[in-house]
Amino acid sequence: MTAVGAEAPIDERIARVGALRRLLLKPELGSLLGALVVFVFFAALSDVFRSGSGIANWLDPASTLGIVAVAVALLMIGGEFDLSAGVMVGTTGLTTGMLSTYYGWNLWAAIVTSLLLALAIGFANGYLVVRTGLPSFIITLGTFLMLQGLNLGVTKLVTDTVQVGAIEQTTGYEAARTIFASTVTVAGTSFQIAILWWLLATAVGSYVLLRTRFGNWTFAIGGDAPAARNVGVPARRTTITLFMTVSAAAWLVGTIQAVRLTSVQANTGIGLELTYIVAAVIGGCLLTGGYGSVIGASLGALIFGMTSQGIVYAGWDADWFRFFLGAMLLLAVLANQFVRRYAEQTRR
Amino acid sequence: MTTPVPAAGPPLLEVRGIGKYFGSVIALKDVSTVVRAGEVTCVLGDNGAGKSTFIKLLSGVFQPDEGELVLNGEPVTFGTPRQSLDAGIATVFQDLAMIPLLAIWRNFFLGSEPTKGRGPFRRFDSDTAKRITRRELAAMGIDIRDPDQPVGTLSGGERQSVAIARAVHFGAKLLILDEPTSALGVKQAGVVLRYIVQARDRGLGVVFITHNPHHAYPVGDRFLLLKRGRSLGDFGKDEISLDELTRLMAGGAELEALGHELAREGGPAADVARALAADRDGATDPTDPTDPTDRSVGAPPAGARAAGPAPGGPADRR
Repeated sequence: MTAVGAEAPIDERIARVGALRRLLLKPELGSLLGALVVFVFFAALSDVFRSGSGIANWLDPASTLGIVAVAVALLMIGGEFDLSAGVMVGTTGLTTGMLSTYYGWNLWAAIVTSLLLALAIGFANGYLVVRTGLPSFIITLGTFLMLQGLNLGVTKLVTDTVQVGAIEQTTGYEAARTIFASTVTVAGTSFQIAILWWLLATAVGSYVLLRTRFGNWTFAIGGDAPAARNVGVPARRTTITLFMTVSAAAWLVGTIQAVRLTSVQANTGIGLELTYIVAAVIGGCLLTGGYGSVIGASLGALIFGMTSQGIVYAGWDADWFRFFLGAMLLLAVLANQFVRRYAEQTRR
Repeated sequence: MTTPVPAAGPPLLEVRGIGKYFGSVIALKDVSTVVRAGEVTCVLGDNGAGKSTFIKLLSGVFQPDEGELVLNGEPVTFGTPRQSLDAGIATVFQDLAMIPLLAIWRNFFLGSEPTKGRGPFRRFDSDTAKRITRRELAAMGIDIRDPDQPVGTLSGGERQSVAIARAVHFGAKLLILDEPTSALGVKQAGVVLRYIVQARDRGLGVVFITHNPHHAYPVGDRFLLLKRGRSLGDFGKDEISLDELTRLMAGGAELEALGHELAREGGPAADVARALAADRDGATDPTDPTDPTDRSVGAPPAGARAAGPAPGGPADRR
């Protein structure tokens, strides 16, 4: 398709189709429609679901999922996976709990230390991936299993049980509670502050992805890493930073849950790693990288939250939750496949 | 046909006896040529000739094991693609270094994004990026419908043009094009050749990598021929004709030997041999073989014929 003056009328016709195409190509479109359908469905089935307290109830699981899903979406757009994201929620919570209760640290010192630990794990994940060139799926599967073992082993070694408790008796707890686990009352309903953290994570993540150089690099290394490197994108640094972002997000959720529940189970977070990936994929992220949306991933987490609570409110067996999620995932992947073909087709 | 009189002073880039080894494999050995501003140096060779290694040495992806690069009279070494870019050498790679799913304007500025604001609010200046993308592409004669289009929806020729426009915009003094016409149809290839001429006329030095002498000859001022990692010669345009270039490129001697072998056997094989010969050098009479020696450096050109080699000959294909 050459673009010369004589073909201008044809060009204009293509431009109109282009506008529709652009709307279809919005990666979050599918998850937005999905979220609306799920909301309407459960709101019609259950009064509680659409009441203030009901909304607060399904926003809460959505928020803790969403914070990590946002980071996982960024990483997936950058072309990598992190299977250790879920178990790292447990690792950071357990670290914070053990340091503050069994070793008597100030809670804040424990929280900062577990952040540093999380960042170190994220760095190790990223460094191994960029140095070896092995699929991140395998590398982080290794990290996942190692952390799973450590979470149980170290917790048993230190506490002789499989949980860490009594975090509320540590010094600095009240301040930590205000920041990580308080509630905000809006129109007579109290909402978990985690929801604010989630909104903040989504806003920052989306801004970074769409409005900064780092975001452009993230898209580029996920789309074609050698090509990106050839034009001077610091691909390795970008990948490592993305892994560290996921770790930091897992730490935030680990901290929120440790402070809110005041105890952490040694098996916390196991299984969540796939849930994050599913949320990101429902939100429009391609498994192959280079395409996706932070807002979409947040909407994916919202669908999760609404479904998990909605099924309970509707009085159904909770087993249906898994079936429903599987169906959503399949639909999302099929839609993504279609979009990708549409976007990549060339007109020679 | 004469080589344009070179400008005073040292050439833009001089390659002196450059070589590269991968373990025991000699990827490139003792290759020399020059690139001048406002000229096109074509690097020709078949698959495996060392063309890709050659450009990767110029663009800083690899470092030479021997020989040197002299930029504006001064020896230089490039440790990374970034250093080569900063020295004004822009490479348009065969895979285009473009991300298919990414919008044109994001691709255009990839790795060199303009920013505004400061501190944590330093952000990608998308308005400027879109405006400049549109303007630069228009200057190359490409009217993009929408800078938000993913690059993957552009045609091959359009993508090449975007890549060339990008290199020109980022102040390249030397443009390296890695087989820009190889994947294109006849018409699209013509469009890209026009951009090469346009870049040359803007005073850029151009290194044009190709395996197609019919694309190289009309735009080239110098021709470096590579074969199995060695130089077959470095010719000015007045030193070589299109036919000679084609013959050297198509592995003329090997094809000829094969032709004779088949012809001796007679029957259908002889027909194949005749077809082979005709295919090789178009109007050449198969019973009148030209100089069969492989080393033809400095040999007289095979003579310019009115009818050029048949299009669709082996040299036209991959």
